[in-house]
Amino acid sequence: MSIVFQRPHALIDKPLHYCPGCTHGIIHRLVAEVLDELGIEGTTVGVASVGCTYNSYEYFNCDMVQAAHGRAPAVATGIRRSLPDRTVFTYQGDGDLAAIGTAEIVHAATRGEKITTIFVNNAIYGMTSGQMAPTTLIGQVTTTTPFGRKPELHGYPVRVCEMLSTLEGAVYVERVAVNNVQNIRKAKAAIKRAFQVQQAGLGFSIVEVLSICPTNWGLSPEKALEWLGENMIEHYPLGNYKNVVLPSDKPASKE
Amino acid sequence: MAKVTFRIERCKGCRLCLTVCPKKIIAIDESTLNAKGYHPAGVTEPEKCIGCAFCATMCPDCVITVER
Repeated sequence: MSIVFQRPHALIDKPLHYCPGCTHGIIHRLVAEVLDELGIEGTTVGVASVGCTYNSYEYFNCDMVQAAHGRAPAVATGIRRSLPDRTVFTYQGDGDLAAIGTAEIVHAATRGEKITTIFVNNAIYGMTSGQMAPTTLIGQVTTTTPFGRKPELHGYPVRVCEMLSTLEGAVYVERVAVNNVQNIRKAKAAIKRAFQVQQAGLGFSIVEVLSICPTNWGLSPEKALEWLGENMIEHYPLGNYKNVVLPSDKPASKE
Repeated sequence: MAKVTFRIERCKGCRLCLTVCPKKIIAIDESTLNAKGYHPAGVTEPEKCIGCAFCATMCPDCVITVER
């Protein structure tokens, strides 16, 4: 017998501080598996953000930097421009990327910075105990929207992938989810392609991962995954929003 | 022949592995507590395991190693 599944080398062997059932653990592992498969653990610099992922520099085996709230794309820009031979990624949540960091992500994308962003969207502020986020769904109950999010009072949820895909500098934009095994495999393929786009020097790449927050949604992890599948995907359709041809892509058949 | 190994001291008892097991052979061991105070998951009928690694793919905490 041979080992067919084990902890990737790029993920440090220590307990994660996330709540039971939090899918950040899955997404961390997917990123680490991609770093392993591409063999770039030693030449990658990750940028940790603020939110539940503030501690992600403790978990990745590559070099990591901690950015101020929302500023990870700006920090990543500096690193990538000063060290052009490195692979640079940011790992951000929706409170970090879609609220306080909206300006940074939009401008990093429109400048076509050669960085990769892993955007974890769980439709709520997790670390600060469940306030409404820009990505909170209409009608969703949070601690600051106890009667549900109302558009006339709180506005509408932000669709980051749709927004960034209109920018010329963003060349690879995809939304995935981690609510079942099939989607987890697709998520890994998307993350891998995003890193390959960066390595090919083609421009800005982002993968939005729909995630759960069982603790602040007030659901068991199992029910939270069902809620994601039934509600979030409807508002945040999965799929590729912008793609680019990689040198490694097989040419399309002429039929 | 397949074998899954659960590192129970890392398990947080979230039950996500139970939901994806096609053979439904994973269960929470209510008689055990790990150092973190969770009831860990484990395999009840190891001989039925097909080594699909669905449980390990779904596990957020890298508890499970799969051999096949």
